[in-house]
Amino acid sequence: MNKITCECGHVNPEGTHLCEKCGRPLTEEDKKQKIVDMKYEGSAIRSKTYNKTIIDKIWNFFSSVKVGVTIIIVTLIVAAVGTFLPQVVYVNVADGEDVKQAYVDSYGTFGKIYYNLGLTDIYSSWWFQTLIGMLAISIIVASLDRGIPLYKSLKNQRVKRHESFMKRQRIFGQKEMPSAEADESLDLADKKMKELKYNVRREENALLAEKGRFARLGPYVNHLGLIIFLFGVMLRLMPGFYIDEDLWIREGETESIPGMEGYYLHSNKFTFQTYEKGEQTKEFNQSKAAVNSVAKNYQTDVVLYKAKDSAIAGDTENLKKIKKSAIKVNEPLKYNGYGLYQMDFRLNELKAMHFDLVNKKTGKSLGEVTIDLADPKKVYKIDDQTKVELKGYYPTFSGFDNGEPQSESPIPNNPAFIFKMYTPETPKGETSFVAIKQTLEPLGTTKYKMKFASIDTRNVSGLTVRKDKTLPILALGGIIFMIGVVMGSYWSHRRLWLQKTADGRLIMAAHTNKNWFSLKKDLNAVTDFAHLPAWIDQQDEDDLKKKQENEKEGDHNL
Amino acid sequence: MEKKQKRLYTRIIILAVLVAAIAYTVYNTAHKDDIQLLKVGDDAPNFSLVDLNGKTHKLSDYKGQGVLLNFWGTWCKPCKREMPAINNQYKQFKGQGVQILGINIAQSNLEVSSYADKLGVEFPIAIDKTKSVMRAYNVDPLPTTVLIDKNGKIVKFITGEMTETDIQKYLTSIKP
Repeated sequence: MNKITCECGHVNPEGTHLCEKCGRPLTEEDKKQKIVDMKYEGSAIRSKTYNKTIIDKIWNFFSSVKVGVTIIIVTLIVAAVGTFLPQVVYVNVADGEDVKQAYVDSYGTFGKIYYNLGLTDIYSSWWFQTLIGMLAISIIVASLDRGIPLYKSLKNQRVKRHESFMKRQRIFGQKEMPSAEADESLDLADKKMKELKYNVRREENALLAEKGRFARLGPYVNHLGLIIFLFGVMLRLMPGFYIDEDLWIREGETESIPGMEGYYLHSNKFTFQTYEKGEQTKEFNQSKAAVNSVAKNYQTDVVLYKAKDSAIAGDTENLKKIKKSAIKVNEPLKYNGYGLYQMDFRLNELKAMHFDLVNKKTGKSLGEVTIDLADPKKVYKIDDQTKVELKGYYPTFSGFDNGEPQSESPIPNNPAFIFKMYTPETPKGETSFVAIKQTLEPLGTTKYKMKFASIDTRNVSGLTVRKDKTLPILALGGIIFMIGVVMGSYWSHRRLWLQKTADGRLIMAAHTNKNWFSLKKDLNAVTDFAHLPAWIDQQDEDDLKKKQENEKEGDHNL
Repeated sequence: MEKKQKRLYTRIIILAVLVAAIAYTVYNTAHKDDIQLLKVGDDAPNFSLVDLNGKTHKLSDYKGQGVLLNFWGTWCKPCKREMPAINNQYKQFKGQGVQILGINIAQSNLEVSSYADKLGVEFPIAIDKTKSVMRAYNVDPLPTTVLIDKNGKIVKFITGEMTETDIQKYLTSIKP
């Protein structure tokens, strides 16, 4: 590694632009420049210091701002492409149906290509997450490489800088001044700058007034917040930190709550209300003209239970009632860090069916039988000699297989029954297969039949169980991010250097990382007060020159 | 150069931590739909269910024996296909320190008992009315079979239909 030894004797690491001690420009290129580049205080960006091992090469790759920006742009493009079609989690695919087919059906060839490219689940793909991870590495490495040297050089900065450093500042001024007068000027400047809330340090014949140094660290604080945020998102994948589960619960049922061990939920009632005519504001009624009904309320009345602490799964004795609650949209049931949210519903699922046992010829009923579809009984007794045996129950009857009725789901969507009917007239029993709009008598014609009378229904609530322990971390990340933004945007780092030279001059230079206007205001105040040399803004001068040159060239063209 | 060595090690550590974090994230996302909280090698969650004959089955009572849990539903065709095979192997392994328990997912007694009668199932069958055992074992597709060894540790999760040879192999593997 080649160290750079400055004329002042200080040894600087390779890649340094301005001597860490006196500020002299060190490279030929820097020496040629009229105004030095004050980015990172001219310190060596760490990645540029070493480039030998493979680790250094990887490190340097991520340290590059160009690479960082490229990663950001690629991430944005990919994330945008992911919004072209709905992601797979938002697509309703019936059980057994092919996801790919669902995309082809809805979006044709484009849907097929989109699916084949893996864009339908883009945010969970390994390469998208790797991209985000690379972004995180880039942020961390680039910040360490720039933030640490910057912090160090700001912390260790000298009051006395070499003239060549001061001359190359954007704001520079000098004038000849007797020594005593110059000392007085320094004292006055000291006083005025303190008044302007600058930190003033003096060393030999030099003065440094500085304000708002922390503003330079804004971007790094901002990056820290971002990293904390990404860390919080990553934590969601750790067991126990993030729960997002669905729970379908029917009126009257008690179910264990997914993701919430030892807790049970009982649904008393699900209510779906729409606005009545005239119930809404006039404006609403007008806009409503085209719509049939407008939802007013989705509500599940529930009771939350907890099993006793020693209870194990399946043991539902001695459930302790914790609270009764009405879960509405935006009004979840909150308990112990968990939230139960109203998300979905199904109205009027079959709950019970009523039949009459009827003599086919006379039409006379021997009595009514009510079958609870959630808990059908083996035998329904009407009187001593009359009863109906339930030989088979098929909640979603889907046809026969080898003469045997089949059910394709446990939900009573299309219930079918095999009844054996015993009456005084038919003591041996008659068998009948009854489905909706279908009756079969497989063992011969019967004298009696089960005549469908009516149904009871119940509603099903779709709830979501959520717990998110990462929220405080995400909030912390967000707050730190904003602090960084505010630090970097609303404050500026301003410095004024003054120096009495050996050859009887007073020289001044000033720098700020932004908002030169305010710096100049401060400078005007102190220049008058302390009789400092008149300063010029060398960049303005340059701009003016360029402008004039351009105009001249323009003249030639005319 | 000591300083340079130190810097190299710092860089290696930082990069290694970050790469590990990315690998962890990618791996977990890829497996988030699998059994997330429960893994092979974990203690099998204890439970207690009452079978169709009124007998209570508590997992912890079977310590020292291998246990096969078969989660099923009457509407599930592969469940129905593997049920007789499980029953055959149940008869083979009876008395050899292996327990088999069929766990139905929240169906009615009538459906479950008539189904078991029809198939001639001899091993105990319990109904998980509140789905709490199903949730404790993170069971999603049916059938799912869980193998538990004599120490109460989970040996394997099997989702989907098993052949009789599979079942025999599995039961042998958990035989104490």
